[in-house]
Amino acid sequence: MRSASRPGVQWGNWAFGAALVLLMVFTLFPFYWAFVASLTSDAALFRDPSLWPQHLIFDHYRALFTERDFITPIRNSLIVAGTTTIFCLIVGTLAAYALARIEFRGKAAIMGFILAVTMFPQISIVSPLYLLLRSLHLIDTYPGLIMPYMTFAMPLTVWVLTGSIRQIPKDLEEAAHVDGATRIQSFTRILLPLAVPSLATTGILTFIYCWNEFLFALSFTLGPERQTVPVAIALFRGQYQVPWGEILAAAVVATAPVAAMVLVFQRRIVQGLTAGAVKG
Amino acid sequence: MARIALEHVDKIYPNGYVAARDLSLEASDGELLVLVGPSGSGKSTVLRLMAGLERVSDGVIRIGERDVTDLPPQQRDIAMVFQNYALYPHMTVRDNLGFGLSIRKQAPAVIAERVNAIAASLGLEALLDRKPAQLSGGQRQRVALGRAIVREPLAFLFDEPLSNLDAQLRVETRVELARLHRKLGATMVYVTHDQSEALTLGDRIAVLKEGILQQIATPMELYNHPANKFVAGFIGSPAMNFIEGVIQRTEGAAGRMGMCTFKGIDLTLDVPCDGESHGRVFLGVRPQHIEVSGDGENRPKGEVGVVEPMGNEQIVYVTLSGGDRLVAVAPPQEMIRPGDIVSIRVRPEGVHIFDGETGSRIEPSPYAIER
Repeated sequence: MRSASRPGVQWGNWAFGAALVLLMVFTLFPFYWAFVASLTSDAALFRDPSLWPQHLIFDHYRALFTERDFITPIRNSLIVAGTTTIFCLIVGTLAAYALARIEFRGKAAIMGFILAVTMFPQISIVSPLYLLLRSLHLIDTYPGLIMPYMTFAMPLTVWVLTGSIRQIPKDLEEAAHVDGATRIQSFTRILLPLAVPSLATTGILTFIYCWNEFLFALSFTLGPERQTVPVAIALFRGQYQVPWGEILAAAVVATAPVAAMVLVFQRRIVQGLTAGAVKG
Repeated sequence: MARIALEHVDKIYPNGYVAARDLSLEASDGELLVLVGPSGSGKSTVLRLMAGLERVSDGVIRIGERDVTDLPPQQRDIAMVFQNYALYPHMTVRDNLGFGLSIRKQAPAVIAERVNAIAASLGLEALLDRKPAQLSGGQRQRVALGRAIVREPLAFLFDEPLSNLDAQLRVETRVELARLHRKLGATMVYVTHDQSEALTLGDRIAVLKEGILQQIATPMELYNHPANKFVAGFIGSPAMNFIEGVIQRTEGAAGRMGMCTFKGIDLTLDVPCDGESHGRVFLGVRPQHIEVSGDGENRPKGEVGVVEPMGNEQIVYVTLSGGDRLVAVAPPQEMIRPGDIVSIRVRPEGVHIFDGETGSRIEPSPYAIER
């Protein structure tokens, strides 16, 4: 019996491993190709592109920061995505705390409304939003992007944080109250530290959403001064040619901060902070 | 230290559930009062009302002489040990112990000194830099205890603090708690569903059922003079036997003033009673007051169902010929086997009589005379 099941298990492991490798190749190849292509000269790219990098050149990267002003869109994106993320986390945490911990009427309805915001197709509200922002004189400004982003990113923040705050045992806050903590103190000293993993998760997701967002960024900015990275990259293509090398180099540069952030916070996300809080 | 008093407290939840009704009880200064009752009796709610984690619907709560009814928990200056310990998982043992002091803006040096002293007295020195997740159940329990003590609060509240420990550790911790209570001389209110914990720890015990106080008394008083059938059945192990029957005045019994006759299906006993007593009653007898023996000519007979040897005694389940079931405690040397036919003798000093309708105790204390 035992010896019969062994090969089966092993075969299963192999199949699992193979599937994993296949998936990795499938998802990672575009990144790999973008990276290789960004280091290949345009001429080579159009003549006979090779899967393996030959004659590495950094011309495209140099061009990004000399011929084009790629620093400005990166700065714009960092400001817009960073500010949105921070605001989202602050407002979202407070809203989630109320939704998770305080009893009041219409809670389910509020949760529903928050979720409903995400159900509008972005394209359908671009024009009304444009008119609104124009009348507020917010076209081509940072707040003009940050505010729409917040409305679209907030549902995710609120839902995820509400769920994770509900997971935190209420006893901990009650113990803090009995220990002498006010509501604010138990929030900042007990609840918030315990919510850090989910704050990091939602923060990263919000940041990525803002970093990659294209439609609003294209519609609500007028010139390179306020354009974000995706818009800038899209506008690389000229009338007569598409500078693939530079576009791909820009894509690699744009991916870097997000990848770095995920790596930095990864440990936080994985950490099971609440382990051992109550009886384990 | 201070007394804790509830005065005519009601607690009714918005959904209509009544957790406490017209509840008045007091843990006097330095007393260990145990709140005991089955689940759903409202005992934990009463504790949470004392802590301020729940608001009363009506009534007054006092700590010392101060009316704290409308004060939030942080202004009541009491400490609470939670059933699941509720240690702050992101803090070390040191920070857990010092949290209450640091919230009260004590100087770091003072906090360190107090934390170290408490840690030493509870044997936690080696664990001070660990996180709760790295502690065993017993260690977490001690940290929770230390966190309560370190602040020197007016009173302590315990919410089933031993229920998550294994049997041996539970007994040890129980002894430690009793010692701690004596050492601190602190007012403590202790919630449990375990009647043996209640009897061993409590200076006095309050028995609750469905939010209503059944009786508040010393352990011995509770055991010997239960106020009603519920208390009688809840306190004591194995639980008291109840035999349904009727009670009537004994007619023409010469020289037996105020005697009544209890008639059950299998048992007939003479019991003292006042003139009013009549009708349906429950006769309560603790298993310790029932003798089981192989002989005994004129006594009620029954068949042994199950015998549970406990070492120092054996618990015998008997079904009487009329269908009544009784539990008796027999000495270990008695040879009793399942299926045996045995005779039953109820020791007269152990008889309680409870009203058949209300379940309340019928006085004067009955003293059964064997017939």
